[in-house]
Amino acid sequence: MMHDEETVLLQGHIIDSLILAKVLDTILMMGGTFDLQDVQIGKTREEPSRARIIVRAPSAKLLSEILHAIQPHGASVESERDCRLSAAPADGIFPEEFYATTHLSTQVRVRDQWVEVEGIEMDLGIRVDLVGLTARTIPMGQVTRGDLIVTGREGVRVIPLQRPRDRDVFSFMESQVSAERPHVHIIGDIAKRLVQLRAGFREGKVGNKVLLAGGPAIVHAGGREALAWLIDEEFIHVLFCGNALPAHDMEVDLYGTSLGYGHAAGRVVPHGHEHHLRTINRIRAIGSIEAAVRSGVVKTGIMAACVRRGAHVVMAGTVRDDGPLPGVITDSVEAQAAMRAAIPGIGLALLVASTLHAVATGNLLPATIPSVCVDVNPAVPTKLADRGSFQAVGLVMDAASFLRELARELGWKS
Amino acid sequence: MEVMSRLLVCPPDYFGIEYEINPWMRRSNAVNSDQAVRQWHHLMQVLEQHVGAVLERINPVPGLPDLVFTANAGIVVGGTAVPSRFRYAERQKEEAYFEDWFREQGYEVVTLDPGHFFEGAGDLLGFPDTWFGGYRQRSDIRVYPTLSEWFHREIIPLELVDKRFYHLDTCLCPLSGGELLYFPPAFDHYGQEALAERIAPSRRLVVPEAEALRFACNAVCVGKHVVLPAGCLETESLLISRGYLLHPVPLDEFMKSGGSAKCLTLALD
Repeated sequence: MMHDEETVLLQGHIIDSLILAKVLDTILMMGGTFDLQDVQIGKTREEPSRARIIVRAPSAKLLSEILHAIQPHGASVESERDCRLSAAPADGIFPEEFYATTHLSTQVRVRDQWVEVEGIEMDLGIRVDLVGLTARTIPMGQVTRGDLIVTGREGVRVIPLQRPRDRDVFSFMESQVSAERPHVHIIGDIAKRLVQLRAGFREGKVGNKVLLAGGPAIVHAGGREALAWLIDEEFIHVLFCGNALPAHDMEVDLYGTSLGYGHAAGRVVPHGHEHHLRTINRIRAIGSIEAAVRSGVVKTGIMAACVRRGAHVVMAGTVRDDGPLPGVITDSVEAQAAMRAAIPGIGLALLVASTLHAVATGNLLPATIPSVCVDVNPAVPTKLADRGSFQAVGLVMDAASFLRELARELGWKS
Repeated sequence: MEVMSRLLVCPPDYFGIEYEINPWMRRSNAVNSDQAVRQWHHLMQVLEQHVGAVLERINPVPGLPDLVFTANAGIVVGGTAVPSRFRYAERQKEEAYFEDWFREQGYEVVTLDPGHFFEGAGDLLGFPDTWFGGYRQRSDIRVYPTLSEWFHREIIPLELVDKRFYHLDTCLCPLSGGELLYFPPAFDHYGQEALAERIAPSRRLVVPEAEALRFACNAVCVGKHVVLPAGCLETESLLISRGYLLHPVPLDEFMKSGGSAKCLTLALD
């Protein structure tokens, strides 16, 4: 939830006179919140004290009413300077001292007004359009010579994440990752969110799409049917993956194996290691996954569900890929851009059993989007949780158990 | 031992009610000029003869009826004077006269940012090391950090919440013995709390409402002498019990304008 905010300064003998207490009480009583910053208390009786207070309110109107009410008590709005802008010296190169973004909502001051930075994502620069008075994040590689890029920290403010209103697993503001935590309640809360988001998605509301970024372990471990069901039931709308997840998913459909293991029998089948190559070759011959599904060659599974439901799929390749499958983007900068383009409108991200895709997706997500990272290796959820998002929940468990429990919670009958 | 005190006063030649800028002033409630002059001279006589104060006079100016309330000329600390910046246009014309007077007398005149209001000793008064600054009705709280820095004094701002007590000196009077004469409901609970934190209960002398409305707190304290408006008997007995010598003076003609003994004087030293 976005808040309007303004920084005010209060100085003088504000402690003993209870002026500071009065100002803070006034902010709270009127429905605002505050962050006390840099309180300097005078060392002697004569020496004045100073407080820098960030005042926040749910609307610009209320913020202005609060500021109006506290100004007679000496609170003055801190004079702010515009952000510094420097021209990019060449294509693909930021000016020196460029401002590097975090994944938190950010505003820059341009021509005396705070402008929301669009497309917030960590580790990018900010390009400002002085004519339209807009600001947008930009990756290093996409900079064009002469672009006006924010440099230094002046006139840039980062809005801390507010505690979410919903009282569920995402609202505890904790990013602990533990294999010992019971999973049942967490999965229950995720299921509730999925139900809400699906309702919003069906009503055509913005910000109600669910993203799943996953690895092939989903298929190997037996989570394929549950995930296909979640996509079919419109609980998941965007899929980020590599070459392997779709390859093994369709291998199951065509050969009954994943990476050579008999899917139903649970043991290696003779020459099974060739099956995924044969699958990839088959799909390449057909021309696309979509054509393979539409023509009835591939009938079941995750990719079939995506095609049937029109889910948005971004497949990003890596150096170890076989094939790859048609549609896999092998240029990693292009792949990143395609993933970035799919982020707007996402209301929840499930990062399941893929270190590579989980981290890549985590980097693209603004902190305001709740995310769940599921991996048997605690290092992966820990890495994601360390990004500092209050709404990142880490679960140490295997992908199939997670997806099956989640689907069951939502009514899947296995 | 008598304490020498110099006070700035202004004869009430042109005093009257020509506008209404506080709840006491009503143009229909005309001042009896002769009576006002008599009351003012009586006050001067008490101050000079009984209290032992030395009086400095500024010349009255036609069209400036409130020049008589010299407490609002500014503040004087040692050889430095800070002239007032009045909130209402009606009184802003007084600023130049007071400023000229300070300069003629050889004070170093320091002026505040013109954007902020400050009504002199009407709103800033206190004990030797701690001052209190009334704000919200007339003076702007923003002047106090500046004044505190200039004069190296702690200034506790107090919000005035009752329009009838529009200057701090109408509801609070620090006394030479360290006691505080005041009317608590003129302040919000933050102000009352701040005063209670600062001054021991035995030194807080609470004026009853009926006498606060007669401006019992608008008193002049010089040494053990206290000059206050007549008719405040409970306040008088409070002060007598603390060993003060009282000089009640009838000043009801000036009350029509919302002023009494203290408003009619400015301490110069």
